[in-house]
Formats: sequence, C-alpha cells, structure tokens
Amino acid sequence: MSGSVVDNTVSSGNSSVAIPTDISGQILDIDEDDDLEVFSKDTTLSDGSSLNASMQTSSASMINQYKFEEEEEDADTKDIFVTVDNPESHVTAIETYITYRVETKTTRSEFDSSEFEVRRRYQDFLWLKGRLEEAHPTLIVHPLPEKFVMKGMVERFNEDFIETRRSALHKFLNKIAEHPIFSSSEDFKIFLTAGSGELTSHKKQGPGFLSRMGETVKAVAAAVRGVRGRPQEFTDMQEYAEAFSQKISSIDKVTQRIVREQKEYLEELKECGPTYALWSQSEEELAEPLKNVAGCVDKCCKETEEQVKHLNDHLIPVLHEYVLCADTLKAVLRRRDNIQADFEVKTEALATKKADRDADSKVLSLAWDSLVGRSPEEVKQQKQQKLKGEIKEMRDELDKVEDRLEWANNALKSDWTRWQKGMRTDLRSAFNDTAERNVSYYEKCLAVWESFLQSQRTDAEGNGNVDFS
Amino acid sequence: MADSGSEDIAVIGNTDLTPSESENNVKNAMVEKGTSLLKKMEISVAEAEKRTGKNAVNMQETYTVYLIETRPVDAASEGTNPVPDSLWRRYSEFELLRNYLLVTYPFLVVPPLPEKRAEFVWHKLSADNMDPDFVERRRVGLENFLLRVASHPDLSSDKIFYSFLTEENGWKETVFETGFQAKADSRLKALNATFRVKNPDKRFAEMKHYGDELQSVISQLLRVRARAADRLYGVYKVHGNYGRVFSEWSAIEKEMGDGLQSAGHHMDAYAASVDDILEEEEHYADQLKEYLFYADALRAVCRKHELTQYELEMAAQDLTSKKQQREELATGTIRTFSLKGVTSKLFGQETPEQREAKLKMLETQIEEGEELVKERNAECEEFVKSAWVDIERFKEQKDHDLREALISYAIMQISMCKKGIQVWNNAKECFSKM
Repeated sequence: MSGSVVDNTVSSGNSSVAIPTDISGQILDIDEDDDLEVFSKDTTLSDGSSLNASMQTSSASMINQYKFEEEEEDADTKDIFVTVDNPESHVTAIETYITYRVETKTTRSEFDSSEFEVRRRYQDFLWLKGRLEEAHPTLIVHPLPEKFVMKGMVERFNEDFIETRRSALHKFLNKIAEHPIFSSSEDFKIFLTAGSGELTSHKKQGPGFLSRMGETVKAVAAAVRGVRGRPQEFTDMQEYAEAFSQKISSIDKVTQRIVREQKEYLEELKECGPTYALWSQSEEELAEPLKNVAGCVDKCCKETEEQVKHLNDHLIPVLHEYVLCADTLKAVLRRRDNIQADFEVKTEALATKKADRDADSKVLSLAWDSLVGRSPEEVKQQKQQKLKGEIKEMRDELDKVEDRLEWANNALKSDWTRWQKGMRTDLRSAFNDTAERNVSYYEKCLAVWESFLQSQRTDAEGNGNVDFS
Repeated sequence: MADSGSEDIAVIGNTDLTPSESENNVKNAMVEKGTSLLKKMEISVAEAEKRTGKNAVNMQETYTVYLIETRPVDAASEGTNPVPDSLWRRYSEFELLRNYLLVTYPFLVVPPLPEKRAEFVWHKLSADNMDPDFVERRRVGLENFLLRVASHPDLSSDKIFYSFLTEENGWKETVFETGFQAKADSRLKALNATFRVKNPDKRFAEMKHYGDELQSVISQLLRVRARAADRLYGVYKVHGNYGRVFSEWSAIEKEMGDGLQSAGHHMDAYAASVDDILEEEEHYADQLKEYLFYADALRAVCRKHELTQYELEMAAQDLTSKKQQREELATGTIRTFSLKGVTSKLFGQETPEQREAKLKMLETQIEEGEELVKERNAECEEFVKSAWVDIERFKEQKDHDLREALISYAIMQISMCKKGIQVWNNAKECFSKM
C-alpha cells in the first residue's frame, strides 16, 4: 500500500480535465513543515459547506503530507493520548445535560503544556466534527455516536446509554488524534485545551449565515446538474461504498438478532437450574446429582450472560460505527462530485466566454453603436477589453477550483486507503475478540460439566455401580 | 403364573381369586424369579412401516406397524446365526398388552409405553404421529418397553406377553378370552376408595405423594427444556446468516476477502451443528419421559393399595355393624337406629319366631363376613408385601437410570462445548487472516 500516494501527482492523467502545466503562479508560499496544513482565508468553496478556510495547497506539498501517513503508527511514534471518561450530569434552569472529562497527554510542541483536562458535552463534539468536515470535505471523519437512540426507548440519562456514548466519543477523539491531517487541526487543539469560555467564543467565529446560504445555493445548483466526467476510480469507490454499506448493515442486524436470541435462550435456561433443584428435594439417592446438575446449569447461565454482555459491549458498537462510516463514505464521495461539478460548470462558462470573444459580432454592435455615435473600432476595442477582463477573472477562478478539485481528489484517495486500512484493523480485531470470547465461553462451560462428571465418577467408584463406558 | 402346569392363564383378579389360587401364583412367582425372559431370548423392535387398511368403522386409515424380532440367546453363542422370528404389531396392540398387564398385575409397577402423541415439542420437532423422526423415537421406546417387561422378574414369565412376541395371529382373541377387561377396576370405584380409605399404609401414601411430585417436576423440566431447545436452535441458526453475508462481503474486499470467506464457512458449520446437538438432547428428553410415565404406574399401584385397603375396611365395618345388630336383637335393646327399631315401636314387637329367624340369618351373615374380612385382610397383606418388593426394585432402577441419564446429559453438554470450541477457534484463525 505504501507508495501509492506518490502516484497521485499533478501529472497523472486521471482527471479528464487538462491541467495547465504552469501552476507556479497559483502556488502560495508554503511552510515546508509537513505536519501542518496551510490555510488561507478564502471562502470560495462551492461544495455546499461554508468554510472558514480553504485548502489552497499545491498538490506537491500534499503529496508530502500524505506520505507521512504511510508510516506505521506504532505506539512508539504516538505522541498524543486522549481519554474520555467520567460522565457527570449538570442541571441548569433550562436543561439537564451530561459532560465528559477529556484528558490529553502530549509531547507535541504546538501544545503549550503536556497535560490538559477539560470537560466537554456532546454538542461540543458535534461542533468539532462539523468544523473538520467543513475544512476537509473529502476526508473521512470517524462518526460520532448518534444524538438520541429511539429504538428500545433508551433514556438519555440511562447508565448504559451514557457508557456506550462515552466509549464512542473516546473512539472518535482517538481516531481524530491518529489522523495526520485532523490531529493538527487548530479546532482540534482548541477542543482539547480551551476552557469552556474560550471554547464558546471560538465557536462563535466563522462565516455568517448569509455567506453560508450563498454557498449552499451554489452547491445545490452544482448537485442538481450532476457531475459529467467522473473518473472511473471514483465510480468504483461509489460502488464499493454502496456495497459495503449494505454488507455492514446486514452484519449489524444479524449480530443484533443473535444478541436477542441469546437473551431469550438465557431466560429459558434460567428456569432449568431451579427445576432440577426442586426435583432434588423429592429424592434421596438422586438428590446429590440433581443438586449438582442444578448448580452446573446455573453456572452456565452466568457464563451465557457474560458472553452476551461482551457481544453487546464490544462487537455491536464497532459494527454500528462502521454502519455510520459507510454513510460518511457516501457523503464524502458526493462532496467530491460537487466540487468536480462546480469545476465543470466554470470550465464550460469560460469556454463560452472565449467563444464570445472570438465570435464575429461586429454587425450587431456596429448597428447599435452607430446609433449612439461611436466608431466601430472603438466599440470593438471596448468590447474586447471587457471580455479580456472577464476571461481573466474566470480563468483565475477556474484555476482555483481546479486546484481545489485536484486537492480534493488526492485527499480523498489517500484517506480512502487510510480508512480501509483502519476498517480492516478494527473489524478484524473485533471479530477476532468475539471468536476468542466464544471459545472462552465454551471452555468455561466444558469445565463446569467435566467437574460434574468427575464428582459422579468418584461417587460411583465409591459405590462401584456405575458404568462409564 | 404361566408355567404353573395348568393350561389356564393364571389371572390374578382383585376380588374373586380363591386363597388356593393365590397361593399357587405366589409359589410360581418365586420359581420364575431370576429367570427373566431376557436371559433366554433376544428381543428387538427392528423396523417400522406404514400400512393402510380398513378400520373398525370401515374407513381407510394409515397406520404404522413395528417389526418385533426375537431370537434365542444361545443361537449366537453356538456360532449359527439363524434368522430371527419376527412379527408385526401396531401401537394399539402394545397398548392392549399393557392394559392386560396392568389389570393382571396391579401390585407391580408396569413399565410405560412411549407417548401416544408427541408432547413437549419445540418448533422443529413435529407433533405429527406420521413424522419419521417421531416414528423412529417411538420404535426405540417400544423396544425399550419390551426389554423392560422381559427383564422384570415377574412380568417376563407372563404367557400373554410371550405370545405377544411370538404369535402374530389370534393373539388379540387370546387376550380378550382372559376376560381381563371385566376385572378392571372402574375409575369411579378407585376414586371413591381414594377419598374414603381411612388407614392406608403410610409408605404407600408417601409413595403416591412422591409419584405426584415426580410427575409434576419432570413435566416442568420437559417444558422448560423444550423452550430452551427452541431458543438455542434460533441462536445457532442465525449465525448461518453470518456465513451468507461474509461471503457476499468478501466479494468486494481485496485483502480481507479470503479470511472473510473461510470464516463464513465456519459460521455455516456452526449453524448446522445444532441439529445433531438437539437430536441427542431429544434422547435425554425421552429418558425423562419414560420416568414421567413410570410415575403414573407407581401411582396406580398406590391407588390399588388404597382400593384393597378400603375394601377390607368396608368388609370390617360391615361385620361390625352386623355383630352389633345381633347383639341388639339378642338383648332386645336398640342402640342403633334402624328401620326395624322404628317399625317395631310403631307396630309392635315381632314374634319370637321371627326373632329367631332373624338371629339365625345374622349368624350366617356374620360367619360369612368374618371369612370375607379374613380373605380381604390376606389380600391386602399379600398386596402390600409384593407391591412393596416391586416398589423397592423400581426405586433402585429409577435411581440408577436417572443418574445415568444425568451423566449422559453432562456428556452431551461436553460434546456440544467441544464442538463450539473447535468452530470458534477455526473462525478465529480465519478472522486473524482478514
């Protein structure tokens, strides 16, 4: 997998749009520090999300950034550790809500200190996610736990719900921290370190409502038009995202069904032990083996209960996360398409303008202008000047969008690979753990019944009347 | 019993057995003990077949017949292997045999038949009597019944039982000719005795209570077990869905594909393994069911005791009242209320001749009554003695068999766990290769 990013250079012929060889005029001066992203304050992005910053970086610098992520992230190279724990309930006049303690330990130089502890509520996490998505529309942000669980009528302040949510939030922050781009985000840093007042005021910054609306309108227009020349690799990704979404949802459903059936099995099994115990009360010789069996069944019940709990606490949340991830994949592909659509629209507009410039429109303008008393030459000159100006503007705009598209495509491709690797690791380990847990479950039950047999053997040998063949 | 030398079947009815006949039977019983039929003969219910025919109301019906094979024990040891004798019997004939044994040996705990209709089923098991699994389990149950009877010290020497195994034609008529049906106690009579008996043997009362408890607890256990089996089936089978989805998923993945695909196969294997597991558990359930029905047979013996005891008490009571009447008549005092007393008061005393006649009659009745009480007392004692012997034998058998059943249940659970360990270890390996 390493080295594939290097292929995504500017000169790769994937995009169907000719990329101008001379882009030197468009490259900003970039910091050569690979860790940091470079932001400018230009807000012209027509992908439907309003921004605070755009990503006008050259593809070249981007290649360097992504090369970084190909190195295996060992625990040794990990330089930031984030934990989410200690949920607490807060009651105000208007509402009741839960906050979580977010603790950060880091050796990174951009952090003022090496340890931070703040309290954050779910809204804050939502804000962070939104910011990251705005800044990087084609990067894959790990999903947050859902706002409110309707099925099963889980109460917002139910213990299990809070614990599930806490665990998912912890995973979310860790995924962000592991991501080469996201973890250097300013918003992320503020999220981890700012006091609540500082965070609130930081949150207030951002494009106003109107400019956001403007961007949304443009985005809708682009989306409606649709993308024309989507490169095959992105179509492939789209198909994969669809298929993956289906499969992972199925697995999620199957697993939930298994948990349900196990719970119902457990309910029935719970009555077995007491029935054997009841029977033992009517018996003399049989009392001891019956009581023993009752004990064995009860022990197996306990083991079954724990096994179900493990499934619920470990496998199900992971599957659920990846169901949400599948939706993220689809959204990211959509946004990329929108950027490309925007580029295509602008390209067409420029071509039209150029055609205008080259077209022979002397007849009409001459007629008009002779009316207003201007010489044909003057008029022609004026027209040409005007068009030239417009074309330059559009040209500049188009170049920006082209860069944006190039950047978006490469970002997506790299992050896609990165995501797949992460998905493979997460799901492999989740299934592995489940299988291991199941083995352990059966081993424990086996031991229970073998000890019963053992006890009957020693009894029988004492009485000399049971044949074990 | 059968080989007592007389050509008649020694039928031990309840009320009309003379003391000498009864003595004869006991003697024969002692001779026959220890030489149970099973020592001489191999018995098996080898096959089952469907037949169609016309029934009593001349309608077409389909029924199942079972092949009973018998072969002398020595034959195999001699090296020759003769073809076994065999005949076909249907379930209703087994029922007839058992009813005969119940009536003929009311002091014995008669082995039960496998259930007539499938009960305690869980969803995968069919409640249909024609279902091949049910027929197979019934075949095993019928064989078990025959083996139980053939190994019983008393029952095995019964002639009707022997001809059940060896004479295909005319057996039914032979059974009916014994007239056993007439000897059967009416339910009403038995129920009446249960309510009114004053002094039943304490041990029998306890045994009856035990029979009630046993029946109740085994029923409950079978019910719970059936429901649990149903659920367990669901758990295993849902894992089969993993197999399908993993396979589909593996098609869109590059590196993960192989691991997923093979893990999926193991999930399929896991789902399929439940069928064998639950089939074995059915066998365990059948063992419990046998003792569920045995509980009923045990209670029947206790009820029979209550009946004999009650009849003794009735005879004794009758004797006492007759003696009292005699006393009154002799002394002229009327202590007990009687119609005689009232009418004599109203219409005047009877003549001395009339009184003489009455006294004579009473004396005869009292003599007969005393004989009856002696008889019934002997019957009762005899019944208690032989019944208790068989009950003790039954207790030992039950303790042994049920302990074996529990052990085999544990062995089944162990086997199930081992299979689970194997499958999930395999799956784990596949997952780690994802």
